[in-house]
Amino acid sequence: MVFLGGQVLPGNVGRAILGPFADQRAVDTLNHTLGVDRPLLTQYASWIWNFLQGDMGTSYIFRSPVAPFVIDALGNSMKLAAVAFVLVVPIGILGGVIAALNLNRPLDRIISLGGLSVTVLPEFVTGIILILIFGVWLRWLPISAAWPRDAGFFTQLYYLILPSLPLFLVLFGYIARMARSGMIEALDSDYTRTAVLKGLPWRTVIWRHVLRNALLPTITVIATQTGYLIGGLVVIETLFRYQGIGSLIFTAARGKDFPILEAGILTIGIVYAVATLAADFLYSVLNPRIRLGTDQ
Amino acid sequence: MSATDSPAGMPAPDNAGRRGPMAEVFFSLLRSGTFLTGLGIVLFWIACALFGEHFVPYDPLADDIINALAPPSAEHWFGTDQIGRDVFSRVIVGSRDILTVAPLATLLATVAGTALGLFTGYFRGIVDDIISRILEAFMAIPVVIVALLAIVALGTSKTTVIVVIGLSFAPIIARTVRSAVLAERELDYVAAAQLRHESAFHTMFVEILPNVIPPILVETTVRLGYAIFAVATLSFMGFGIQPPSPDWGLSISSNYGMIGGGFWWTVLFDALAIATLVIGVNLAADGVHGAFND
Repeated sequence: MVFLGGQVLPGNVGRAILGPFADQRAVDTLNHTLGVDRPLLTQYASWIWNFLQGDMGTSYIFRSPVAPFVIDALGNSMKLAAVAFVLVVPIGILGGVIAALNLNRPLDRIISLGGLSVTVLPEFVTGIILILIFGVWLRWLPISAAWPRDAGFFTQLYYLILPSLPLFLVLFGYIARMARSGMIEALDSDYTRTAVLKGLPWRTVIWRHVLRNALLPTITVIATQTGYLIGGLVVIETLFRYQGIGSLIFTAARGKDFPILEAGILTIGIVYAVATLAADFLYSVLNPRIRLGTDQ
Repeated sequence: MSATDSPAGMPAPDNAGRRGPMAEVFFSLLRSGTFLTGLGIVLFWIACALFGEHFVPYDPLADDIINALAPPSAEHWFGTDQIGRDVFSRVIVGSRDILTVAPLATLLATVAGTALGLFTGYFRGIVDDIISRILEAFMAIPVVIVALLAIVALGTSKTTVIVVIGLSFAPIIARTVRSAVLAERELDYVAAAQLRHESAFHTMFVEILPNVIPPILVETTVRLGYAIFAVATLSFMGFGIQPPSPDWGLSISSNYGMIGGGFWWTVLFDALAIATLVIGVNLAADGVHGAFND
């Protein structure tokens, strides 16, 4: 099987790289540059067609259809990503806002430099250090994310706190930095000065005028971080032995199980595209200057 | 970055007349606390990579099964790992591979990215459109995934890791260079070169390139931080540097299975080593950014 995989490997990689893109132009150009020839293209088309119908092929290793594996893993990964997002979005924005309101004071420096430092660290490094602190020394949290069977919602949540923290730390820096610079720009703007000069209370100025404008770029950043988050999941799920899409792809890559590898990568490509689209939509809802549709 | 308190880039009025712009940047770097701290950390690890093996108390590859998993002591400062290798010696010498692979990958990314950026920014039009779309497509996939696929396809070796990381980072550098070139090519000196009928190659590499060096330098130092991040991660995943190298990421991946048993010293020091190196490079990059942009 590995031999067979090795035989069709270049074509498989081509397909896997092509898979994630929604943009048909890019797919066509890439086809051309990669020199993917006709028969393989037909193969690719039929594979995509089957995928859209829910048939993701058969795993080389497990000798069973790929779809259940991918769907299970995607569900698990989404739980992990959701915990990380629910924690990081409000705290990251809050951190950025506090930093901006204390511009160039010690609190700002701590948040900015601290955020920058944890953002640049690889997830497995922060993961290891967090496991040592909370899992080994304090023994507050389990060091593996594999919860017992039939675990309820809160038990699962308890097991997910530690794995979500490294993702939290990386994202925190980005989100806080964007929120901070958005706030600084908004605080410096004419409409803020107008609002202050109108005699509005400071609290109202911040809530009604500054925050709404300041958070727009932050939303875009959060969406672009979905791509990063997927890469981070591969590492975190491996470190915590969590059965998610990242560890599924990782195992498939090591075992050269191409149907799973391709299906997994196409799936995260779709998730990425949906997240980007959702961010565009949210952006247009929040920003009165951009409206979807042509009638305005 | 405005977040830092570095005095980088403050004008030096008394010297401004005598120094060129590059010297100006150089002297402001020397006054930047952020840059010097980062540089100090990086130089420490470079020194360890170059000379470490002559100073460490044990051979980083020599096993000693009887003393396996010994906690830190006067004899073994950082303890020993599961086959009795001295963790302190391994951490010191472990800087070598990552400090070879990451800078080479960054160099490749810079050369390829600069060439692509000059090309797309100078010619614009359809060439630019096609290349830019391809580069954007590549940037949309996480580096870890690209690397995983490429390494499955090509096999694991240091060269593969360098090529994969170099080529994944090239589009990002290309984008930065392209936007700098787009601004430069409208200037009079480029028009003058074109009127002299200089070749496109000459105009790009002799006329424009020296003027877009600052953004390239900034982007390169930032990328170096990410390259170290990527090399460490790939090694941890088993797709990067291979045993028996005492590489940090690799050591963590072969030892973290036992931390539930309380053997913290087998992974903590490697993790801290990666952390200090990455933060050091990023502090230095931040200083370079500040020196060029203020």
